[in-house]
Amino acid sequence: MSQLIAFSLLNGILFGMLLFMMASGLTLIFSMMGVLNFAHASFYMLGAYFGYEISRRMGFWPGVVIAPLLVGGVGAIVERYGLRRVHGYGHVSELLFTFGLAFAIEQLVEMFWGKTPVDYSVPRSLNFVAFRMFGTNYPAYRMFILLTATAMFVFLVAILQRTRVGLIIRAALTHPQMVAMLGHNVPRVFMAVFGVGCALAGLSGAIAGPALVTQPSMAEELGPILFVVIIIGGMGSLAGAFVASLLVGIIQTFAVAINVSLSEVFGPAAPPLLSDLWTVTVAQLAPIIPYALLVVVLVFRPTGLMGTRES
Amino acid sequence: MNRTIGFLAPWLVTAAALAAAPVVFRSDFALTTLSLIGINVIFALSFNILLGQTGLLSFGHAVYYGLGGFVAIQALNAAEGANFDLPLPVFVLVGGLGGLVFGYLFGLVVSQRGGLVFSMITLGIGELVSSSSFILRSFFGGEGGIATDRTKAAAFFGHKFGPQIEIYYLTAACCFLVIMAVYALTRTPLGRIWNAAREDPERVEFLGYRPETLRLYACSFAALFAGVAGGLSAINFEIMNAQQLGAQESALVLLMAYVGGTGHFLGPILGAAVITYLEVRLSDVTDIWQLYFGVLFIGVVMLAPGGITGWIAMHVEAWRRGEIARLAPSYALVAPAIVVTAVGAVLLIELTHRLFARTMGESALLQLGPFTLDTASVAPWVIGGVLGFGGGLVVRWAWPRVQEAWSAAAPTTKRGAA
Repeated sequence: MSQLIAFSLLNGILFGMLLFMMASGLTLIFSMMGVLNFAHASFYMLGAYFGYEISRRMGFWPGVVIAPLLVGGVGAIVERYGLRRVHGYGHVSELLFTFGLAFAIEQLVEMFWGKTPVDYSVPRSLNFVAFRMFGTNYPAYRMFILLTATAMFVFLVAILQRTRVGLIIRAALTHPQMVAMLGHNVPRVFMAVFGVGCALAGLSGAIAGPALVTQPSMAEELGPILFVVIIIGGMGSLAGAFVASLLVGIIQTFAVAINVSLSEVFGPAAPPLLSDLWTVTVAQLAPIIPYALLVVVLVFRPTGLMGTRES
Repeated sequence: MNRTIGFLAPWLVTAAALAAAPVVFRSDFALTTLSLIGINVIFALSFNILLGQTGLLSFGHAVYYGLGGFVAIQALNAAEGANFDLPLPVFVLVGGLGGLVFGYLFGLVVSQRGGLVFSMITLGIGELVSSSSFILRSFFGGEGGIATDRTKAAAFFGHKFGPQIEIYYLTAACCFLVIMAVYALTRTPLGRIWNAAREDPERVEFLGYRPETLRLYACSFAALFAGVAGGLSAINFEIMNAQQLGAQESALVLLMAYVGGTGHFLGPILGAAVITYLEVRLSDVTDIWQLYFGVLFIGVVMLAPGGITGWIAMHVEAWRRGEIARLAPSYALVAPAIVVTAVGAVLLIELTHRLFARTMGESALLQLGPFTLDTASVAPWVIGGVLGFGGGLVVRWAWPRVQEAWSAAAPTTKRGAA
């Protein structure tokens, strides 16, 4: 039992930190530009595929460095030549634009790399056992993901709270006109934030790709969970996104590990109409848990855990 | 008298067109496509109650379409099992009721927030339902879905709805009724206040309306008509599976309504017809048709946010003022260039697709209509590049002329802001 708790907690924090790497970019982009980037998970997927392609030619480490930069570049171009033009038509049009983009990126990835998963595997230098706990090995690559995600988190907080760039970004979040009046190029700040947000998503894709499966449906599977996270956390709140990422990550990981169904608790005889639910294990329910959590949060706290404003 | 004729004429023309369509297009293919278009017209219209009328963008509208269909098909099977003789059209209504019930239930949650958050919540609900469909197997039938036999239902004035032509007329009748109902809805005070809530939610709140309630009503009505479409679809295909309430279907209805134009009542109708036809046709011609749909959607969002009907309305307006002639020269310049660019781009995309498909062990030969092209030779790439980039340059050069012509023709209205 303590083994299950320890490993689920570790994996849950890992998954939560990965979620936060993407949710933080999404939240920054949203609170700054009012743009809900539907294609954010697609940039994560691009990161994984770029990482795969580069690692095949140059090795794993160049891939982890170059892939996020490439994805960030793609993001900046998308902002400059796509989003900025749609901006005048309102936020719904921006959302629709990124929605179309997510669709197109998925199709392009299928076109270039095929519909089946690609062989993006853990590098040899990280393919060893980090430690043993309760007689089970824990792979070093997972620790690498956890450390990278934590390092990015510290880095992000440091930039936002301690540097002049962070000051301008935080000011542009709430008072974009005033920041422009002071002589800062707000559109360029937007482009940079969008690019950095996408690069963060790309980095999480590049490091998560070998641990999870790199396939064209990975964006579609992750995207909705990402939105659930930022709504549960409260739109536009970085701290909320952090709490919600960990919450969703840990709950979902625990659920996957629990193999209990109602029939085991209350006996095999199912009451009428509930025969389907009776044999379903908690692990099978794992995919719907984030969404169920979303419904619960919305019923009791429509603005999310730490959200303040109605948008 | 004249007003009565003016009011009735469009409806009589619609009814006549719906009745005459299968006489004009006789083939089996045309008949199934027409039935599909009828279903999708209803679906897209229901979607536009949310997006066009109330300004709410839903990413999970297929939930109500699918649930309506599942309720209808389960009711049909249950009625057959219990020897309960009900004619087929009743089950279309059952589907609508199913949609309405779920629309109200989920609406209670979804309508909590407006704006962009509404979109994200509908996405979450959509995922919730489509993931649940693999858990609640006896209702959704798991991977295989639920099948039925529509001819087991009781006869409806002597019709058993076996042949497709009878299904077409059932669809057409439902389609006509729904078009009338949705149009009538836009004329009611409720429909008007939805429009107001779309334009300025805060002001509507100050007038004393609860935005949550308005959104809930919009969700319920939209789900009702989506359920009707789902019920028809269940009867048409005689099978329902979990895909029909998934994200793909939700994206498709968004594409139909938006490409047609959400700002005009006819937009979703036109969009449903165009997109359904393209879907049926394109999937035979190329296997990357979804990429073209994505590009088409991005193009409409960026260049013509009013959709097809918005674009038409802009030109009708210019024509009324007698300014259309000013546009003609610049259009004559830019239209061929756009066509050439598109041809070049399609050629390049298809060649690239073939090239990468070849590395996955497929043929290197590209079949485009009567032409067979070899991706290994240089010529097709050069032709595609010249057409695509050359055409693109001409478009770039000619585009300011189009804008000039527009500012001369309509000094106040901005291009694309229809």
